[in-house]
Amino acid sequence: MYAQMVKSEASKDDPDKLAAFQARIDAGDKIEPKDWMPAGYRKTLIRQIGQHAHSEIVGQLPEGNWITRAPTLERKAILLAKVQDEAGHGLYLYCAAETLGVSRDELTEMLLDGRMKYSSIFNYPTLTWADMGAVGWLVDGAAIMNQVPLQRTSFGPYSRAMIRICKEESFHQRQGYDIMMKMCQGTDAQKRMAQDAMNRFWYPALMMFGPSDKDSVHSAQSMTWKIKMNTNDELRQKFVDQTVPQAEYLGLTIPDPDLVWNDDKGGYDFSEPDWSEFFDVIQGNGPCNTERLAARNKAWDDGAWVRDGLMAHAEKRAARKVAAE
Amino acid sequence: MRDALFEFLCRMGDNTLVLGHRVSEWCGHAPVLEEDIALANTALDLIGQTQMWLGLAAEVEGADRSADDLAMLRDVWDFRNLLLVEQPNGDFGQTMMRQFLFDAWHLLMLQALTDSTDTRIAAIAAKAVKEAQYHLERSADTVIGLGDGTAESHRRMQAALDLLWPYVGEMFVADAVDDSLCAAGIAPDPATLRAAYEARIQTVMAEATLTLPDTGFAHQGGRTGRQHSEHLGHLLTQMQWLQRAYPGATW
Amino acid sequence: MNTPAETASTPKRREWPLWEVFIRGQHGLNHRHVGSLHAPDAEMAIKNARDVYTRRNEGVSIWVVEARHIAASSPSDKGPLYEPSESKVYRHPSFFDIPEDVGAM
Repeated sequence: MYAQMVKSEASKDDPDKLAAFQARIDAGDKIEPKDWMPAGYRKTLIRQIGQHAHSEIVGQLPEGNWITRAPTLERKAILLAKVQDEAGHGLYLYCAAETLGVSRDELTEMLLDGRMKYSSIFNYPTLTWADMGAVGWLVDGAAIMNQVPLQRTSFGPYSRAMIRICKEESFHQRQGYDIMMKMCQGTDAQKRMAQDAMNRFWYPALMMFGPSDKDSVHSAQSMTWKIKMNTNDELRQKFVDQTVPQAEYLGLTIPDPDLVWNDDKGGYDFSEPDWSEFFDVIQGNGPCNTERLAARNKAWDDGAWVRDGLMAHAEKRAARKVAAE
Repeated sequence: MRDALFEFLCRMGDNTLVLGHRVSEWCGHAPVLEEDIALANTALDLIGQTQMWLGLAAEVEGADRSADDLAMLRDVWDFRNLLLVEQPNGDFGQTMMRQFLFDAWHLLMLQALTDSTDTRIAAIAAKAVKEAQYHLERSADTVIGLGDGTAESHRRMQAALDLLWPYVGEMFVADAVDDSLCAAGIAPDPATLRAAYEARIQTVMAEATLTLPDTGFAHQGGRTGRQHSEHLGHLLTQMQWLQRAYPGATW
Repeated sequence: MNTPAETASTPKRREWPLWEVFIRGQHGLNHRHVGSLHAPDAEMAIKNARDVYTRRNEGVSIWVVEARHIAASSPSDKGPLYEPSESKVYRHPSFFDIPEDVGAM
């Protein structure tokens, strides 16, 4: 979901090798970078891990938007630590992708020129402080739902990165909910702010799981390879069931008049998000697509002289060391 | 003495508050991921130190204000930070030069404060000094790396040094507040830090192949609050906005 | 903005090399591989490792090694390299039955 709608690649490899590979996966083995793997597995993973990494990096921006406006010193520190974690998570994931034979700079350039995508959720604006609560609670909540099972994914470096990420991320959703609790116990203005954030983030959060993949060939292949662990619909249902009581506790109304408990399935029935909006956002027409990519491009372009300068210095030092020996 | 002590604690806390804020502006925009993470660590340390310094300031003042009240509800003329730290980030080189010029002073100041006769101050300094030591190592390395990097990085670092050097002198100018704290053994006479500071700066600049401007001019008015730069007001309009717009709310 | 001529003459940027990071936890354990990062040289790699991988006080000592200097066994060696030790079960403490009377060992 941080990696949405990743197309899996078909494999045209040697059937015997493919069968042996699938047997390892079925037996719960981890695939390591130097192991033989189908070309399609490698390509799909690069796309998925890369997209996941890009989402972490672009995901710094909507919350980073409020670091300089956090209302107290403690909130400022917590938010900064959280956004910093996202940079760290992007870094871990890029490193996992690099074991597959693509470099971080190559991946970055594919993000910056639009060849690779990031999660649609980060193209929505953060307009009030309550959005820091909603993002932590709903967006991180949805992300965690996807990431926890990915700790068991078949590719070793990806699995290890996810284990580290999940361990570090446990405080992210809680800090978001904590912000929401303060808002909902606060002044009328704060309560309005909280409900407004809920209204704006509910459907985009549901979209994070991607469209229904019941009939998707790509999803089936990825699930066989254990690089996708659950269907989009399963995770979305789980998210709704988990979130409704949390919203009730806060006294917030979920912006869905058709939301109702369904005894038969033991879960809530709820309205689908507007998928045409989702595809618009994916196509680049979300409220903040332009700003987000512009910000990443600016950071990369403005930073080129720094990366080059420090590299040049390291090379000079190494040369001096050799000359002295 | 209580007034002087409060004033001094605001100077320490406002430095870390304003610089921490400036550094936090980089989050998500740094030249490379590793630097983004490192800058955030520096900002986090500085915000943590702010909570301690302004927390103690509020306690000393005894006017029922908190560290957050001091950070979020004072206006420009009540701030006591050095002019250096309120200067805008500029490019990454300017940010790291500002950081280095501050860190080199900050470490010396904190080292001296670990011997303060006020045990509360000595305790804060003892915690902060370890953080400042690392900040200085990192900012000095970066100034050296970029100064002695490519022609472009060298040119940018020299420009940053030329721009910021006139804000250094303010660190070492004592006033009546310093005199009374120094007499009580609470804080050092700022002027006594100058020799060690300049020695450190010269070593690093030599390695960075950068030239110190030969001006002795020093902009002043930050640490006394007499006259800040225009930049501080804009910083505060962001930092304080929520507290000002929704007075009395709990966040 | 680079003119086409300038772009053509600019050499391809050299990416910061990849480093593998090993950290000793708080309790006198072995250094353990924790992940990777990019840095221009070893000194910066150690500093970056401190910032990236010890944000939660995870370590007391850091090793870094440039990834290209790591020699790794190839997966086909898996049998000969590791299987002999599988038969040396006595290397594992649980191999030995110790009478409860002698206490903790």
